[in-house]
This record gives sequence, C-alpha cells and structure tokens, in this order.
Amino acid sequence: MKFSLEYITKSVDGWLNATFNPTIAFLIESVIVMVLVIALFAFLGLVLVIMERKVAAFMQIRLGPNRVGPKGMFQTVADTLKLIVKEGFTPNNVDKFLFNLAPFIVMITAMVAMAPLPFANGFQIWDVNIGILFITAITSVSVIGILMAGWSSNNKYSLLGAMRSGAQIVSYELSAGLSILVIVMLSSSLRISDIVAAQADGWWIFKGHIPVLISFVIFIIAATAETNRAPFDMAEAESELTLFFLAEYANIFIVCAVGATLFLGGWMPLHFGTGTAFNTVMDYIPGIVWFFGKTFLLIFIIMWFRWTFPRLRIDQLLNLEWKYLLPICLVNLLLATIIAIAGWHF
Amino acid sequence: MFIVDYIKEVFGAIKSLGTGMRRTFWYFVHPKEIITEQYPENKENGQLILAERFRGEVVMPHDENNEHACTGCTACELACPNGTIKIVTKFDITPEGKKKKAIDQFVYRLEMCTMCNLCVEACPSDAIIMTNDFEHSVYDRNELTKILNKPGSKIRDGIE
Repeated sequence: MKFSLEYITKSVDGWLNATFNPTIAFLIESVIVMVLVIALFAFLGLVLVIMERKVAAFMQIRLGPNRVGPKGMFQTVADTLKLIVKEGFTPNNVDKFLFNLAPFIVMITAMVAMAPLPFANGFQIWDVNIGILFITAITSVSVIGILMAGWSSNNKYSLLGAMRSGAQIVSYELSAGLSILVIVMLSSSLRISDIVAAQADGWWIFKGHIPVLISFVIFIIAATAETNRAPFDMAEAESELTLFFLAEYANIFIVCAVGATLFLGGWMPLHFGTGTAFNTVMDYIPGIVWFFGKTFLLIFIIMWFRWTFPRLRIDQLLNLEWKYLLPICLVNLLLATIIAIAGWHF
Repeated sequence: MFIVDYIKEVFGAIKSLGTGMRRTFWYFVHPKEIITEQYPENKENGQLILAERFRGEVVMPHDENNEHACTGCTACELACPNGTIKIVTKFDITPEGKKKKAIDQFVYRLEMCTMCNLCVEACPSDAIIMTNDFEHSVYDRNELTKILNKPGSKIRDGIE
C-alpha cells in the first residue's frame, strides 16, 4: 500500500465526527490545524536558519557553525534558547499598540497564506476554488505590517526603510502576479488542486515551453524581492523594522512552496507522459517528500542568489522591475496566451 | 537600434549572473576548498600550518655554542617605530687588550610590538628573525618584556 496522508486525515475526521457533534468536531479540527501550522513554522525557522548558515559557509569556502551538536546542527536550537531569554524591548516614544502588532501581522499573513497549499494528495487545509488568488491577496497584506512597523516606531529612518520596502514589495508583486497568470492560463483554473492535477503528465516547467521558463525565472526573482532578501535587501527588515527573523523564513517558505506547486508540480511525482513504468516507480515516493523536496530546492536557489549577487540600490531595483521584468512579463503573457489558445503545450 | 540593445543587455545580465552562480556552486560542491582553520583541534593533530612569512614574535637565534650574531649596533632600535626594542650595551675586553662594544641585554617588549618586521630588515648581521609562534597570552604583563640574548651568550667570531 502506498503511504497516504489523506488516509490519516480522513480517519481522524471520521472519528471526531462520530464522537462529537459536527460543530465541536470542526472546532477541534481547527485547533489541530493551528497547532500543526505553528509547529511547522517553528520547525522551519530552526531548519532554514541552519541551512542558510551552512549554505552560506560552503559557498564562501568556510565551515559555518560546527561546535554545537554534530556538525553544528543544534546551533539554531541554542540560538533560539538565547533569544527566548532576551528582554522584550519597546522604545519610549513609539506607538506601542501598532509597534507590537506589526510582527504579528506579517507572521499571520504568512500562516494564512498556507491554507490553500497542498502538502500531499488530499492533505490540504482549505481547497478553495480561488486558491492562487487567495495566496497572492493574502501575501500582499504583509506590506501593511511592514509599513505599520516603520510608521509606529516614530523614527524617520525606520519610516524610510518601511517606505522603500513597501515600494519594493508592491512593485514586485506585479511581476509575481503576471508570472503566476501564465500558469493559471495554461491549467485554466485558479483552484490549486486543479493546477496540481493538470501536471500529472509532466510539470509545467517541462510542458510549457519558453513562456513557463521565463515566468519561472521572473517568479523566482520577484519572490526573492518580495521576501526582502538579498540582493534586494536594502531595507534590511529585521534590523530596522522590528520584524523578527522567523517572519523572513516563513515568507520564503510560502513563496517557494507556491513556486514549487505552480511550476514544479507540488506533491505530484516526476511524470513523463502517462502510464509508463517510470511513472509507477516515481509514484512510490510519497507526495509530501516531493513537495518538501521541491520547496527546499527553490529555497536553496534563493539562498544561492543571496550568497552570489551584490546588493542592488533602490533605483536599480525599481529599474529592474519597471523597465525589464514588467515588459518581459507582458510579452511573455502574450506568448503564453497564444500557446494556450493554439494548444501547443504538451 | 534600441530594442536590440535592450535584448543584448538582458542576455548580458543573465550571462554575468550565471558566471557568478557557477563559481559559488562550484565552491558549494567542493568542500575540500574550505580554508577555515579549526584552531585548537588542528594544533593537537598537527595540522596547524602557518605561512612561513607569518610574523609572530621577534627572536634572536643562538647556535650550539650559545653564540649569537648581534653586534649591538642598535640599528633595530632606531628602526623600531614604537620603541619596542631597547639595547643595553657594554664593553668587552678583547684578548689584545682593546675595548669592544657588545650587547648586555636585548630588551624586547612584545606588548608594544606591531610585528612590522622593520627591525629584522634593518639588522645588518641577520641576528634577529621573526618566528611563527603566535600564542602569547600570559597572566602577567611583565612576562611580555623579554631579554632576547640568552644568559652567558656572546657574539659569534667573525661578525663585526
């Protein structure tokens, strides 16, 4: 029997509905989902920080953290313990309510954006019919958290940083949205489970010819910019804007998971055509392994960017978006429309 | 043609970014290139290799007869930019009954030394050299003031 998470969720759901009345069962399920999401984010924070530091070290011919635990793997656990015992500090002249609220907004948008993401076949919090629109809409809200942090800290430099960061996120959302549109057009659905199902005979990046390749590259660039990471990190969110670093890694995970779902097939195993022996072998690897494998591949690519490219100035950054990425995106959208209408994709 | 330049620019950018990414990925998959020295451990297993020209401390080499090459000319003392070296001279009586200048104490204050190597370059008889030894921490700063010539040592014959 193939490993299936859908079986587990179905049996838990069935047992809860048989034991309690439907309202209480729904509440219990919501609590379970919340705890799982928070646990996943805490775990991702630990794993991605050590991964980032190790990748950075190897790319810079260094060793990286190597003292705590085997090969330094428990370094982030120790760091987290140290951060927990730190004093929570709020400066005197800030707007206290907004100042303390801002990091929660950024974190919660990242968590809510996870709702329509399928981790495996049938292992999805909410299969809404506008899934991909929902994700783009929710991730846009995080810019409010950033502006809120900059404004409430009552400091002109924080405000400038927040404004730059806001300008950056708002402009790069355009190219991210347009590159997502290519996939939406090809699979002719906004529902994420449909998009994944459309890739059962090959991922879009293989099936979709040049337009999908271009939009994949643009999506990765826009995702890097939207998460405020190097080489687009002149706003330096974690030091100026009081956003704790977990939010950065949570956002990276979300955008990489979206990228993996749209372009690399999400939990869908590597398939070529239909019904070959190769596909059957690939089916034995569980979907959740495929999903996390692809997501971490994209996260690695974004880290690779960070430790290779020098940082852009704010004018170069906006030039890149408005003079290069956006025109290319529009032409690419036209090309993809022609291919989708003529049915030239596989 | 504007549009040709535009496309050229895009492809040029992709090519140059690709060059950088190829280099970092090459380092990523070649862990043998790592140049980090694991300091306390590599001392124990003898893998601590310092460059020969690394400057750690000034010493005065003595041969097996407890003889050095320092004439006491104070060229090093004059060359030192921050007064690290102080040479105390004395006068030896040669067998012919003549008085000859020699060093009594070569005082070297490690705490003030910046390892600039000027004293070694100034020395006309190569009496002092820089060694690789870099573990200088002590509990009392008086231990950092060193007398470089060994007790009872004298100048090697034939060095003027």
